Amino acid sequence: MADERFEPKIIAFLCNWCSYRAADLAGTARIKYEPNIRMLRVMCSGRVDPSFVLKAFALGADGVMIAGCHPGECHYLEQNYKTMRRFSMLKHTLKAMGMEDDRVRLQWASAAEGVLLAGAINEMIEQVRALGPLDWPKNWSENGKIDEAIEQLVEEHAEAMEVPV
Amino acid sequence: MAERVGVYICHCGSNIAGKVDVENVSQWAGEELDNVVVSRDYEFMCSSLGQELIEEDIKNEGLTRVVVGACSPHLHEKTFRKACSNAGLNPYLCQMASLREQVSWVTEDETLATAKSKAMISGAVKRVLLHEELEPTEVPVNPHSLVVGGGIAGIQTALELANSGNPVFLVEREPSIGGHMAQFDKTFPTLDCSACILTPNMSDVSSHPNITLLAYSEVEDVSGFIGNFHVRIRKKARYVIEEDCTGCGICIEKCPKKVLDNVFEAGIGYRKSIYRPFPQAVPKYPVIDTESCIYFDRGTCKACEKFCPTNAIDFEQKDTYIDIDVGNIILATGYDTFDSRKIPQYGYGRLANVFTSLEFERLCNASGPTDGKILLRDGVTTPKSVAIIHCVGSRDTRFNAHCSAVCCMSALKFGHLVIEKTGAEVHSFYTDMRPTFKDYEEFYHRLLEEGMHFTRGRVAEVTDAARQPGEEGKLIIQVEDTLIGRQRRIPVDMVILMTALEPKPDAREVGLKFGISCSMAGWFTERHPKLDPVATMTDGIFIAGACQGPKDIPASVSQGAAAAARVLGMIMKGAVEIEPVVATIHEERCSGCRICNTLCPFNAIDYVEDKMVSVINQALCKGCGTCVAACPAQAISGAHYSNDQIFAEIEGLLFDVVQGNGSKPVVEEPEAVPA
Repeated sequence: MADERFEPKIIAFLCNWCSYRAADLAGTARIKYEPNIRMLRVMCSGRVDPSFVLKAFALGADGVMIAGCHPGECHYLEQNYKTMRRFSMLKHTLKAMGMEDDRVRLQWASAAEGVLLAGAINEMIEQVRALGPLDWPKNWSENGKIDEAIEQLVEEHAEAMEVPV
Repeated sequence: MAERVGVYICHCGSNIAGKVDVENVSQWAGEELDNVVVSRDYEFMCSSLGQELIEEDIKNEGLTRVVVGACSPHLHEKTFRKACSNAGLNPYLCQMASLREQVSWVTEDETLATAKSKAMISGAVKRVLLHEELEPTEVPVNPHSLVVGGGIAGIQTALELANSGNPVFLVEREPSIGGHMAQFDKTFPTLDCSACILTPNMSDVSSHPNITLLAYSEVEDVSGFIGNFHVRIRKKARYVIEEDCTGCGICIEKCPKKVLDNVFEAGIGYRKSIYRPFPQAVPKYPVIDTESCIYFDRGTCKACEKFCPTNAIDFEQKDTYIDIDVGNIILATGYDTFDSRKIPQYGYGRLANVFTSLEFERLCNASGPTDGKILLRDGVTTPKSVAIIHCVGSRDTRFNAHCSAVCCMSALKFGHLVIEKTGAEVHSFYTDMRPTFKDYEEFYHRLLEEGMHFTRGRVAEVTDAARQPGEEGKLIIQVEDTLIGRQRRIPVDMVILMTALEPKPDAREVGLKFGISCSMAGWFTERHPKLDPVATMTDGIFIAGACQGPKDIPASVSQGAAAAARVLGMIMKGAVEIEPVVATIHEERCSGCRICNTLCPFNAIDYVEDKMVSVINQALCKGCGTCVAACPAQAISGAHYSNDQIFAEIEGLLFDVVQGNGSKPVVEEPEAVPA
């Protein structure tokens, strides 16, 4: 059992224009990377709602990658800067929840950077493998706090969203 | 009614089936995944037989959703969407999983590849269940077009469009159109006189009833979307009233101030302060260069005004702004040349008789500063030997990794001109000879026969320090001849540096203005490098000529014509379909916080004061979804990328984890009733 290697599950959000094409290119160029990553296409990295990341963790992912066009090269001109902003807030939140830094990663990859993307994927898989399983759903269920926590989050969210008249 | 999903796994010959157990995946999907009623694998799903398979199943099995596990959606999403709509299913109810690019081609282990394929199919099935029917919106296309850049590519585009009867605005930054081609003497490999073949096209532009030429102008601002762009153009002050000027040129003759012409004459010739870049300039009106003009400097002179027979000089003229509406925009903004001073060992700027290729073009040109005589910098001596150094700033990772594509042929052309005009010995120092395309190799052979010497090797240094007899007063080329494996020193009188073609220094800025992207080097990025080299990622914006990458005249002309054809297609159709992947604000949930307003770079979101809500102009929305993610009240939904769809896809992708660790799903699903 002990010598069985931990195989992390990583969810990646790739923007349609640069990083998804980088993944296409990695394929066309037959650049090999580990199969622990499962990719989703979004139109822009700016579409990645922090709740997507939380959802992935809540469903059992061990790591999440967000990949987009390089700053200044966004297909939508400047939306990846918003991703950047959100990402630092997300990281801050996750840290407060006790999560290790390496479990989330923001990766820039242009459509020409298949090698770079594949390298980043492998690197992240290694880092998350070293951290071990996150197992959020299980950990939460065991101490019976999950429903309570969700309710509290919903309330807090509603309160925070009250717009003063 | 429960959705009925069809899953199709493509073998792609052995591309997918060689690594993924496709039968296993398809069987598993049919047995294990909810709502899947048909699951098949087929050798080539994109073939017409493969598509018919889907169409038949939609009709016979009553499929309401389709999942295709094949190549990247960037390749065949359209194909399968079309198959769905052929069978009467809304095309947006189809989802692809990229089993080739993301699994079979990148994974070593076959078992793991099969497992990953299952996860991806599971994600696609979960997602497609929540897809909604979408209809593309149609917007009319304004038949006016804007061409930016009046070099040969822009001229070709403008003429093609105008000749088909459609109005064109042609904007050029410099005082005259013509671009780099107007500076050249001859063109390879035919040795046609560059001006002779270019100027008829230039005058066609100026006299064409469908072309509005806006020279000495720049695009200030672009808004709108395909079919309906609004463009603001700044027409720079010429200080010459175009309506009154006859182009007689007396003002130029009388102007007392002579300055070095760094643009058209490439720094080896002079022009006046009021000038036309070259005699055949289009438009014919001169322009005053306020930097050097004596009147703008000291407040006196006005020689041009005094002698102008039609009182066309106006020192008070200001920049004017022109607003136009166009349906499509073609960028043909061209290239710049590498600054040879960055390679100091070649001595440009320090050793007088080292010339750049552009300087040499002017030197050869009959209308250039030496009337076409090939002379050394002193203006009198004819060189007896000339060295041509290739790849200066090209194929050199310190500067530009790319090959500039035109220099080998230009170098051969220069060699021919030197031999023809002076009888001098010509040495070419090349990295690789690349005379591609029609009749180019033949031209190379012609030069071999004419006695041009070719040495394969990158020149280490050009120096005037003589070490051996016969080197005094000469420029010595120090080079390793890699074909004989020996160092050589070759004394010559003149050196020509074949400088690299580089993107315009402001290409990135211009790209941002028009909403298109550049490569790392700064060339504009085409929609597809092989199959769509003139369109860009932004609909309605096209690129032509060397702004997309180094290319010669025939290639620029072809691309200009191709871009025109693409635009014409849309003008003839009269309308374009806009992808329905856009965001919508649900008024009843919008609190009017206006967070989204500032997030949209396309200004698609407006705030409606009296309703106190924001609304999205769907024609302006490009569907990035940034506002959807930002809305604190979740009042914005993004079509085809809704939260629910993405959540479902995540859940599907993690199906093995979700089932495996015994936790209950976050969203409770009703228990399945046994049949």
